[in-house]
Amino acid sequence: MAKLIRMDQTGHTTLAEWTVGDADAIDAAVQAFRRELDAGFYAVVSTGEGHAEQVRELPLDADLVILRRPIAGG
Amino acid sequence: MSSGAHTLPETAGVYWRPRVDERRLDGQARIWTLTMAAHTVPFIMVAVGFFIVEPLSFPVGLISLAHAWAIPELYAKRGANVLRQARSRGRSDEARATAVGLLGDLVGHDARALHARTGLVTERGSLGIWLVGEAGAVLIRPGGRRAHCFCVRVEDPDLPPADRIAHLLLALREDEAGFATVANGAFTGAPWRVRRRLLEVMRPGIDAAVIAARALDRRPPG
Repeated sequence: MAKLIRMDQTGHTTLAEWTVGDADAIDAAVQAFRRELDAGFYAVVSTGEGHAEQVRELPLDADLVILRRPIAGG
Repeated sequence: MSSGAHTLPETAGVYWRPRVDERRLDGQARIWTLTMAAHTVPFIMVAVGFFIVEPLSFPVGLISLAHAWAIPELYAKRGANVLRQARSRGRSDEARATAVGLLGDLVGHDARALHARTGLVTERGSLGIWLVGEAGAVLIRPGGRRAHCFCVRVEDPDLPPADRIAHLLLALREDEAGFATVANGAFTGAPWRVRRRLLEVMRPGIDAAVIAARALDRRPPG
């Protein structure tokens, strides 16, 4: 089952879970995904060891989509 | 690690900065070396000159030499501070444990073990070996003789420590050069200078990064 998680003050929160073919779960995941992007989060998926990619649409075939906050120079 | 096909979105906020690459890092290293020389050589010359002219003036010479020693140390301290732990430590032990679990899923066994010991995570990139902390990262260049200290963080005081590292790690993996561009440079110099100023518990972290960097070839991956 694929997961959309957000890194936050609880460690992380699972916002949605879906499987390909479950239209209702996918719809809910897409809505949650867009809501978090609108709130300023960036979505990232791992693309192999040491590699990650930012995504702007929910990749339904990904196992894990992580939402992170922007970084800045300190 | 991404090689530029995907640019870190945060780079738009520092559009005036040239994108970091190998050549720019080497240039920064040379500038730091010249700056250190400009800060220390005059003090050494003053000490030597005074001693030649009047040996009894050696106390003035000693003060001058102390300045020559202290200035690079202060800069190194600034560099080591990028790996310090952030002030806020997250809300609860449960949140911290959850964050450590996620970070553990993102890294390999060795990095996981290093994090448990030092609170730092190593990551191999195309520019060298990164040592990532809660509020910054140190890049050890291939060969292990040069450290670039970067101050960079996620602005959320309530995030657990491991989540802070996971944020930086994911951004680094998205776009290494963009990550180094967004981050503020704090110090560039010999890793041993940074190591001396680190908390003792963190020193194995920079040791591991230096060892890994020594094994890297200087040539960019083809």
